Amino acid sequence: MKYAEEFRDPKAAKGLLAQIATVIDEIGATKEKPVHIMEICGGHTHAIFRYGLDKLTPEGLEFIHGPGCPVCVLPMSRVDECVELAERPEVIFTTFGDAMRVPGTQKSLLQAKADGADIRMVYSPLDALELARRNPDREVVFFGLGFETTTPSTALSIQQAAAEDLTNFSVFCNHITVPPPIKVLLDDPHMILDGFVGPGHVSMVIGVEPYRFIARDYGKPIVVAGFEPIDLLQSVLMVLEQIRDGRAEVENQYSRVVPDEGNPVSIAACEDVYEARPTFEWRGLGEIDSSGLRIRGKYARYDAEEKFGVGYGKGLTRFIPEPEGCACGDVMTGRLKPRQCPQFGTGCTPEMPLGALMVSSEGACAAYYQYGGVEELEAAE
Amino acid sequence: MCLGIPGQIVEISSAEKKLAIADVSGVRREVNVACIAGDGPVDDLIGAWALIHVGFAMSRINEEEAAKTMEVLKMLGEAQEEIEAMRESQKMMEQAS
Ligand code: SF4
Repeated sequence: MKYAEEFRDPKAAKGLLAQIATVIDEIGATKEKPVHIMEICGGHTHAIFRYGLDKLTPEGLEFIHGPGCPVCVLPMSRVDECVELAERPEVIFTTFGDAMRVPGTQKSLLQAKADGADIRMVYSPLDALELARRNPDREVVFFGLGFETTTPSTALSIQQAAAEDLTNFSVFCNHITVPPPIKVLLDDPHMILDGFVGPGHVSMVIGVEPYRFIARDYGKPIVVAGFEPIDLLQSVLMVLEQIRDGRAEVENQYSRVVPDEGNPVSIAACEDVYEARPTFEWRGLGEIDSSGLRIRGKYARYDAEEKFGVGYGKGLTRFIPEPEGCACGDVMTGRLKPRQCPQFGTGCTPEMPLGALMVSSEGACAAYYQYGGVEELEAAE
Repeated sequence: MCLGIPGQIVEISSAEKKLAIADVSGVRREVNVACIAGDGPVDDLIGAWALIHVGFAMSRINEEEAAKTMEVLKMLGEAQEEIEAMRESQKMMEQAS
């Protein structure tokens, strides 16, 4: 139990691990025939590796790392469009730092900045708004990125811009939603998924109801979980107990932060500002119906796609294949472990990422790399 | 970006725009509190703890939860990253003005 001492409450952790082992036995799961539980959120992936939960839990339990890292699923074509926008002389392109190193077909935003584009890393869309106020002669574009946790912040910023009648602020909207890709994975006949650990902070916004279909239509348990290692262990136990008892329900382990109904102010702002795109491309997963958000017509002047004529329906071909030798798609759908990718640790490292899963600490490959995946690789050779 | 960071509301900067100053591990930063303000006066938020995502307070939490969350974020390295991003952004804004 290499890491268990690091838990704030090691005794509770050990108790939960023992219970997990018991339920795994009761289910009859083994190393050869394990139970597959997907943690959807990249934050959970990171925590699982950091605390070594994959090693502390029995061999009969296998974690499948879900598509819940917005940086990792950002398609190359969108990165190219960011660069295109950023390289316009009148534009100040503002982005979260996480997105700077995602490779595009020609360059990343970091390279575009080095080449002279005015790209600024901001902590918040509020800072992008402020830049627009201070630079009335420039066009400030904010790169809206993220799942339901960050969609409300962009929506509220657009509403604020409209309230002030700002004319030089717009958003390149790449916000995406969690449920559609989960449905795609559940519909994939090659995927074996027995249950889910649901993203806590996404539910803090949208509540637990949007996951109902997983239990109702697919008969799989899902437990919305917090981020402490104890939360994760407890949630895994709750999923396993459902499997053992033949139940499929949506349970909320993180109710101290996540109200079942979500956050009504956020939901209303998103409803006002966005509508679903017919389809949106995900790196490694392809086009997924109704999985992306675009800015509604009434806020068209804050939509960078409309304002500058880039994006869906504006450019030429959209689909761009992944770079040669990159196994991101297979890793993202749980078919391969990161270390099984031929590029892992050689052609692809956090310093020089080839695929997007290596860019953010929430990407499965970066998490593997950071917490021992490389040693395992060397040991196996 | 996704995990957010706990902060304590210490001052209201604009009741009308629902903006407040939050203290995040010693760094003071303006945040939007629309999502946690409820129907009561915004001033009631002073002293409250919240989970802050990219400058927006998204959920009220109690002090103990804030401390526990901060501890996990520090272990993951995300707290440092987030605070660094806040500082960098502030620096950039100062240079821009
Ligand atoms: S190691 Fe790199 S190229 Fe291979 S799957 Fe991971 S991110 Fe993609």
